[in-house]
Amino acid sequence: MPLNLAGSVSNFLNYRFLLNELVVREIKLKYKRSVLGILWSVLNPLLMMVILSIVFSGLFRFDIPNFLVYYLTGILLFSFMQEATSGALYSIFGNSGLINKVYIPKYIFPLAKTESALVNFLFSLIALTIVAAATGVHASLALLMAPFLFAVFFLFVLGLALIFATYAVFFRDLIHFHGILMLMWMYVTPMFYPEKLLADRIPWLLDVNPIYYYVRYFRQIVLDGRVPSLNLNLWCIGISLASLCIGLLVFKRNQNRFVLFF
Amino acid sequence: MRFYLGREKITNLKEYVIKRIKRTVKFDEFWALRDVSFTVAPGEVFGIIGPNGAGKSTLLKIIAGVIKPTSGAMGVNGRISPLIELGAGFDFDLTAGENVYLNGAVLGYQRAFLKGRFDEIVSFSELSSFMDVPLKNFSSGMIARLAFSIATIVNPEVLLVDEILSMGDMHFQEKSEARMRAMMEGGATVVFVSHDIGKVREICDKVLWLERGHLRMIGNADEVCERFVAAGGGQGL
Repeated sequence: MPLNLAGSVSNFLNYRFLLNELVVREIKLKYKRSVLGILWSVLNPLLMMVILSIVFSGLFRFDIPNFLVYYLTGILLFSFMQEATSGALYSIFGNSGLINKVYIPKYIFPLAKTESALVNFLFSLIALTIVAAATGVHASLALLMAPFLFAVFFLFVLGLALIFATYAVFFRDLIHFHGILMLMWMYVTPMFYPEKLLADRIPWLLDVNPIYYYVRYFRQIVLDGRVPSLNLNLWCIGISLASLCIGLLVFKRNQNRFVLFF
Repeated sequence: MRFYLGREKITNLKEYVIKRIKRTVKFDEFWALRDVSFTVAPGEVFGIIGPNGAGKSTLLKIIAGVIKPTSGAMGVNGRISPLIELGAGFDFDLTAGENVYLNGAVLGYQRAFLKGRFDEIVSFSELSSFMDVPLKNFSSGMIARLAFSIATIVNPEVLLVDEILSMGDMHFQEKSEARMRAMMEGGATVVFVSHDIGKVREICDKVLWLERGHLRMIGNADEVCERFVAAGGGQGL
């Protein structure tokens, strides 16, 4: 399969406008007929925080300084990934009507889902900012690394979205499996329990969990106010590139067979 | 173009695994099109005829790039405007105005172009007072009018038409036909699929006759149409 890079890029630019339209539609329809609209992207994590602070400060007690920000940094990245991949599952065969009728580069659909999840994520950062300010987190220059983190994390998520989108066409079972997979993944990632809990007992579980590299990165720049080590930077870039390359390859290999499986 | 049809009905996984091991799972091959080669000259109006299931629409989809042929190659020089399935990508929850942009984007138009031509699209469809209404409240005729207006706003170099000339009320039918003719006279290359032999004969220069996925005859419109009708192909379809 020769990769015609120049052709692909110009084709992508031609359909940039379609991508925008799809993302806008996604967001418009998500908040259709809701009074508060996109404010929910901010309100949701905020309200979740209220509940969690009650549950965890009263019922369970983990030894985590600034638990709320600790939790929020993890869960926001995780929900971004969850929203994008669950959207991507339906993105290809949900648009079978379109793919069957006109020529459109098919990767547009999982890409649009990932982008709209990104928009949501960026809005929910407002909630994080509010909580961080309220709990006395000091803003530092390390925060300048955040756009870089979001960029590589986006590529990581996009790769996953492409893989899910592809295989959901052939095995609809994936839709049912996705929820379980996400639940499992959330529990093996230190979201609401301290990293030490895993590091003491099953340390390798942290090493093989790709999303935890990004979560750790995010916590370091927000909570500790320090720029992560070169090592961690490289890990994040490496995982993103690997995910994206596998995603693109899987998608490209199978995309011509999609129409036969609708 | 080859499709696979499952010959045996396999209802569960156990059965599938057993049959797979016994190697009895077989798929019938079905060639929707086979050994069909032709070229269309620029500016030509090219008709495709044949009975139902001959592969006409499959051929159009291959030309439009929707499906890739199993083997063989297809090339198009110029910008394609497919009038195959109108209104692809319409979202019925969005308003008509928003759908103009969405459908336009699906057809590969750019934002600036659509903005400039928005009024023209609206006035041709004669739906200007409904642009803020969600599409789900439209009648099917109104949807067809809007779709046609969006799809034909460009000056295409290659126009693919699949029997869509009959839609909307009489007034709009005349209007849309006039626009199609203007496009053809504007030098567009047209590939036209129809069961209406009279119309094919009237507007096409060259005609391809497909039957069960094979090329039966290709050539001058009058000649092919005559033979087609003589063979009974034009009847009862």
